[in-house]
Amino acid sequence: MSLFEAKNVTKQFGDFKALDDVSISVPEKCIYGLLGPNGAGKTTLIRIINQITGPDSGTLFLNGKKLMPEDVLTIGYLPEERGLYRKMKVGEEALYFAQLKGLSKAEAMKRLRYWFKKLEMVDWWNKKVEELSKGMQQKVQFITTILHEPKLIIFDEPFTGFDPVNANTIKNEILFLRERGATIIFSTHNMASVEELCDNITLINKGKTILEGRVDEIRNKWAGSEYELVFQGDIKLQENGHFKILSQTVENGKSAIRLSAATDVSTNEILNDVMKSGKVISFNPALPSMNEIFIRVVESRN
Amino acid sequence: MNKVSVIIRREYLTRVRKKSFIIMTLLAPLLMASLVVIMPLMMLSGDKDLKKIAVIQDNTTEFQNVIPDTRNEDFVYLSGTDINDMIKTFDTAGYYGVLYISPRALNNPIIYSKKQPDIALLDHISSSLEKDIEKKKLQEYNIQNLDSILKQIRTNVNPVTKLVDEAGGTTETSTGIAMALAYIGGFLMYMLVFMFGAQVMRGVIEEKVSRVVEVIVSSVKPVQLMMGKIIGVALVGLTQFMIWVILTMGAVAVLKTTILRKTNMTEITQNITQNVMAENQTPAQATASQTAQISPEMAEFSKLFDNAMNQNWTLIILSFIFYFITGYLLYASVFAAIGSAVDNETETQQFMLPVTIPIILGLIVAMGTMQNPDSPIAFWFSLIPLTSPIVMMARIPFGVPAWQIILSMGLMIVTFLAFVWMAAKIYRTGILMYGKKASWKEMWKWLRYSG
Repeated sequence: MSLFEAKNVTKQFGDFKALDDVSISVPEKCIYGLLGPNGAGKTTLIRIINQITGPDSGTLFLNGKKLMPEDVLTIGYLPEERGLYRKMKVGEEALYFAQLKGLSKAEAMKRLRYWFKKLEMVDWWNKKVEELSKGMQQKVQFITTILHEPKLIIFDEPFTGFDPVNANTIKNEILFLRERGATIIFSTHNMASVEELCDNITLINKGKTILEGRVDEIRNKWAGSEYELVFQGDIKLQENGHFKILSQTVENGKSAIRLSAATDVSTNEILNDVMKSGKVISFNPALPSMNEIFIRVVESRN
Repeated sequence: MNKVSVIIRREYLTRVRKKSFIIMTLLAPLLMASLVVIMPLMMLSGDKDLKKIAVIQDNTTEFQNVIPDTRNEDFVYLSGTDINDMIKTFDTAGYYGVLYISPRALNNPIIYSKKQPDIALLDHISSSLEKDIEKKKLQEYNIQNLDSILKQIRTNVNPVTKLVDEAGGTTETSTGIAMALAYIGGFLMYMLVFMFGAQVMRGVIEEKVSRVVEVIVSSVKPVQLMMGKIIGVALVGLTQFMIWVILTMGAVAVLKTTILRKTNMTEITQNITQNVMAENQTPAQATASQTAQISPEMAEFSKLFDNAMNQNWTLIILSFIFYFITGYLLYASVFAAIGSAVDNETETQQFMLPVTIPIILGLIVAMGTMQNPDSPIAFWFSLIPLTSPIVMMARIPFGVPAWQIILSMGLMIVTFLAFVWMAAKIYRTGILMYGKKASWKEMWKWLRYSG
């Protein structure tokens, strides 16, 4: 069942169509990647989900019911353009955001103590925000996003500004949140983290959905025509009508070759072709990275 | 807790806790109090720069010692000095100027000086000479006991103003007090609206620049954030204002008892009274009251005080609060809209001018209002909502028909609601818009975007 659904959402700013009939369906307890090049309409869609702006047409559902203004209390949002009041003390500021999300002061204090301890930030409580490093500020913001235990959490580029250690901490927290039952919409340009974290994705370009589905299915679907071969020794492979060579590298006495097969050519035919050239160590269909898929899909549309 | 009140609380507390706020709040009354006390002291000690004026009479000694010395001017009567030589040398001889009196042109004595002489000096010379010439003309009629008759007929006319109300009752009032109140009311309104309106704008820009705004509007509606900020800043303003009033009164009382006890209190009182009276008296009257005894002056002073109490304070204070709240809300919402449209404070310049013009215009008209509170200009500007808070405050001490106040307030309410509504629409789009060159045209477009 979908926790969140957007149906046929359209949003226009003057003559510019930011979203054109976009639909997404986010299954419960999944990490859902919202991808797209800059200016594709991701932020607009996220703002509509957060009810910061309203759609011109289209309907939004949370838990099967129409999205209502009070639902902001069950949604957590970490925007890409984020910041804190620089002159405020860390603790006070975290408390302020928690209260804006409807938590009582006492409850907010209790949860903040837990999270500050868990993320090793207890010493920062009375420091001014401007005294913190960028990464430290990001941690504070991460906590304020999830403190009210939202059912739906939207992270827009959550890893920018973090060093690898902290990025890993945050990644584990995100996975932990999902385990505890939260559903996560995750917008990023970092395709490696999409492969690592996301179950489903939607790719938006110029306000339109151009690709959607489960990450593994998408990768398998796009894998069809490419193969990775490893030969013993430095060998010469002859291109023919069945395949083209995309790249070849020789390392440690082995040749790694990447092929692109022509359409309607079976794996057996290619194997047959290449076996004559030398001793095959391995032969694999190459799963394209999300990065490649992203670039190819977007470029084919432009 | 209601979200708007959470926002108001933050806006209020962060501002009130600032060092600059505390320093300003404590220092301003001290400055004001020292002004109130030091100004009369300075007037009392007067101009240390004493002007010597040479008086040269053309072939006569008729006007010897006719013009008395004043606090600032000494008149030195020279004889046997040629006026043409004197014009060349008076400066080096240490004179401020030369007064040349010729019986052939009695009506137009000439004052030679390097600088334009001030109006008080001219008035002093002309009134002294007029009195003397009139006296000499009277003497030609050979009236017996002329001196005592003259002394007897000397009168001093001070019009007393009384306002008549609907029931026919009268209240004694003072034009001087009305002017002072008009000035203070109008100027205070201008200052408060501008100061705190600009604070709202800076707050909005701070939120936009620090990018904190998007996090907040995912929890609350943009209009809630805007109103929370506007109300929070208004409370800061009211707090500061109240503290100022209390501290200024306290500081004046303390300074008066400690510093002034050492100096001649009566003389200061006299000085103040003269300054107030000079506003609505002819120079002759002013001179007359200068020579009068101190006790009537004290009476005058206490009467002035009574007259001040006779002003319709309830109306003044209530309308001040009304116009402050509505005027502030109107301008603060415009300031908030501007703050939301720009990416940094320097960009606000192009928008500030159209906002400043009506406020400044209101102030100028308000100052003119004191000369003629019922002029068409004063009337219209006290109805137009952009200027009415300032101009109406300047008119009220002089008495304004009830229908005009009601109409002005009604227009004000309608307009401020419209402005808040429009500002909220611009604000909502503006705060999330980065890198777009803001313009009035762009803001007009935002106004028409749907939710």
